[in-house]
Amino acid sequence: MSGRFFAVAAVAALALALLAPAAAAEQPASLTEIEKQVMCPVCGTLLQLAESPQAQRERVFINRLIDEGKSEAQVKDALVAEYGDEVLALPPRSGFSLSAYVVPIVAFLIALAALAVGVMRWRRAGGGPDDPRPTAGPSDADSERLDADLARYDL
Amino acid sequence: MSFRSVIAVLAVLAVLGLLVVGLVSKGSSGVGPGDPVPKAPLPQLEGTGSQSLADYRGRWVLVNIWASWCIPCRAEAPDLERFQRRYGGPKFTVLGIDSRDLSGDGQAFVDKYGLSYPQLRDGNGDAAHEYGTTGVPENYLVDPSGTVRLHAPGPVGDEYLSNEVAPLLPEVKQ
Repeated sequence: MSGRFFAVAAVAALALALLAPAAAAEQPASLTEIEKQVMCPVCGTLLQLAESPQAQRERVFINRLIDEGKSEAQVKDALVAEYGDEVLALPPRSGFSLSAYVVPIVAFLIALAALAVGVMRWRRAGGGPDDPRPTAGPSDADSERLDADLARYDL
Repeated sequence: MSFRSVIAVLAVLAVLGLLVVGLVSKGSSGVGPGDPVPKAPLPQLEGTGSQSLADYRGRWVLVNIWASWCIPCRAEAPDLERFQRRYGGPKFTVLGIDSRDLSGDGQAFVDKYGLSYPQLRDGNGDAAHEYGTTGVPENYLVDPSGTVRLHAPGPVGDEYLSNEVAPLLPEVKQ
């Protein structure tokens, strides 16, 4: 049951990571949207937050491509051709950069599986906060001494 | 040593290794006088070819790292062009590296100031990082063996070029 759950979760997470860019590529280009997804390489911040002269030139470049009818993906490709992959606020979901998305998901699933296995082993071993089984009672000599003490104090 | 201990030690070593790699790759201290100049090839600003500083071995080269959006670069460009016209030749050249700039803007800058010296492109800023620049413009005089002889952070003008650079070019045409 838990194995099937993990398999379905893994496939769903990978599908989301792989299919999201395809959906984004269909969106019409808009400066406001692209500004949220690309960096101002000189400022080291999102273009959306940058006000430097270089950022203004980058906006002019993006607007020119939008006016030419380029899609969002094409505009981002053009920015990558100018500045390299570093211009993207998130790494591309292809090639080695895909690992940035897949590795955390896989690591999370491995940690979840390890936790589940650990809990199962712990329960199988009979671990728990208190062992309900009774321990051995006092010896005969101890019992006699206890009775004598109790009789002496007349409780 | 148990299997679990081996795994734990390996995990710790892996984390330490990643930290060391991160520190080494981030900690570029740049180049200064006496250091070899970076020789990674860069694309030409105009055209499709690429060039490296290794292609200029045997010549003095004044590497000028600039960008079209940089205001001090506009001030020094005419002085660099004058220096190139006076001293440029088989034994010396100014070499521009347009860094973190749009290629169209960079080319427009070259056209506007009539720059005749060769220009390379450093779109992602990797070359500027390798040189250790803290901004633009910065200038490096490289001798024929590929060793940096002068480093001028900030713009250079006629005075610096005449007093600091020209005296180091004894064999270059005057």
